[in-house]
Amino acid sequence: MFLKLAWRNLWRNKRRTAISISAVLFAVLFASTIQSFQKGTWDHMVDNVVRYYLGYAQIHQKGFWDEQTLDNSFDPKDVPASLYKTVDMSPRLESFALASSGEITRGILVVGIDPQKETAMTGLKNHITKGEYISENDHSVVIAEGLAKLLKLTVGDTLILVSQGYQGQNAAGAYPIKSIAKFGAPDLNKQLVFMPLSLARDFYGTGERLTSLAVNLPGRAELPAALATIKSQLPEGEFEVMDYKKLMPELVEAQELDTAGAMLILWVLYLLIAFGLFGTILMMTRERTYEFGVLTAIGTKKKTLAGMLWAEGMMIGIAGAILGILLSIPVVYYLNINPIQLSGDMATAYEKYGMEPVMKATFEGWIFLRQAVIVFIISSILTTYPLWYIWKLEPVSAMRE
Amino acid sequence: MPIIIAKNIEKIYNPKTVPVHALRGVDLTIDKGEFTAIVGPSGSGKTTLLNIIGGLDHPTGGSIEVDDTDISKLSDNQLIDFRQKKIGFVFQSYNLIPVLTVEENTEFVMLLQKRPKEERHRRVSELLASFGLGDKKDKRPSQLSGGQQQRVAVARALAPKPTFVLADEPTANLDSVSASNLLDIMEKMNREEHVTFVFSTHDQRVIDRARRVVTLVDGKIDSDILQK
Repeated sequence: MFLKLAWRNLWRNKRRTAISISAVLFAVLFASTIQSFQKGTWDHMVDNVVRYYLGYAQIHQKGFWDEQTLDNSFDPKDVPASLYKTVDMSPRLESFALASSGEITRGILVVGIDPQKETAMTGLKNHITKGEYISENDHSVVIAEGLAKLLKLTVGDTLILVSQGYQGQNAAGAYPIKSIAKFGAPDLNKQLVFMPLSLARDFYGTGERLTSLAVNLPGRAELPAALATIKSQLPEGEFEVMDYKKLMPELVEAQELDTAGAMLILWVLYLLIAFGLFGTILMMTRERTYEFGVLTAIGTKKKTLAGMLWAEGMMIGIAGAILGILLSIPVVYYLNINPIQLSGDMATAYEKYGMEPVMKATFEGWIFLRQAVIVFIISSILTTYPLWYIWKLEPVSAMRE
Repeated sequence: MPIIIAKNIEKIYNPKTVPVHALRGVDLTIDKGEFTAIVGPSGSGKTTLLNIIGGLDHPTGGSIEVDDTDISKLSDNQLIDFRQKKIGFVFQSYNLIPVLTVEENTEFVMLLQKRPKEERHRRVSELLASFGLGDKKDKRPSQLSGGQQQRVAVARALAPKPTFVLADEPTANLDSVSASNLLDIMEKMNREEHVTFVFSTHDQRVIDRARRVVTLVDGKIDSDILQK
């Protein structure tokens, strides 16, 4: 009966209740969308970097990451053979070089790869936009699309590379461009050159050495188990094992900063909902003081009255949250399968920070659930006001109002 | 058999600032089955006395015993419980719950008492039929006339069969026909179910029908007359 009474009380002022529910609904919709976009865009960017190049983890000679020179490379035979059998890894020899074409020179990253393993991990072959993918014995390279544009080169042209090789050797070579590949992350798109591992070893004079083994995993969920396996099998003190968070701390920090900023916006939104909801609860309580006096006079216990008012506040909050979630699901789903391609100044700003200019919403249940929980907590806190009001209510004074 | 015994009741409002003596040593005994009107000019203390008898307010001094319980010593929560079980209230402005139907309003106090559904429905049907409201049970208060609303308020007060009913100016907002109908119903319940009624009123129609009239002046009983 008291739930029925609470429900009917809500509709005594239909317009006010509808406005309050709508306020919660739109807040939940905006909060879900903002959070889905924020997380989705960052996840997309991290995945771009991780899946297109970095890998979820890498193994290096100890000290390589702090001083990325070929002198800190390692002999792959020092890695236990059992590890190659248990964890799928792509071998790489990476170093910097100067790339030249005519009058133009650029600093680039040369990556020696096992073409088959690399494409299995990063899908490199799928990024080819022009020409053919390289094979193990080729004497040619794959060049990133952005870099090809900067150097004004295309498939069939020759790329001149100059660098310092292993232990101070001179490294220089001319390599035909076999294909051009496009990468999502603008930074990578402007500096990558891939060549077969054997060619890179010749160029840098490293013999059989590698700079890294990039770990190939189906997804982030498998990372902890893979790291545990790797750490248990590698000889102590000789290697460093780094997950993608350690490999790109700036990106992780930027994500944390951006997440904190987004949370601030969300909390301002929650504060607005709280004030809106409190206004309604305040009116619903104060305008019925006389009625509460009468109800107490005829024997309604204060806890019953308080429970009824609590239910009224919660019903508004929960109804708004449920409707908000129901509306958010299709909106966020649509934005998940149809990411927004940014253009103009916004795209430039994204690219400046090494991000692909795409806003993609993630579609994760916990984001919607989180809104419901937050609105439930806000409503619970706000409904303590009528509880306190009823607790100090005296029937005679209430009926004088 | 006395059901209300008020001894030397004092009530002072604002005792620490500007004291107002609303009641000055009132002694009053009400027996079961009485049909009593408390009358007096505005400010004489009749509503204050009714509030104290009904356990809505605490006296500053004296004692008030209702159905063998000294209610002046009960806590606020105990008083709510006591009112729910022992006292029926009828107010000047009906004070029905606007979102409940006539039937739901009538059974409201019985519901608070957690009476079985069957008993509630039987009693409510019986009262509404006897008050001429049988066909209005699904209506909301706003769909009724003032007289009908006040009859529902009386039905709500009587439904749980309280020890007595306190009615504060019950006819003040009613036209003469509605007031007369209401008084007929209350007299009938008093006669047939021996329900005790105590009214606070200015209304001569109520005073004329009351069997006992207690007049308050300046917070004291000025006269206490048995009629008919």
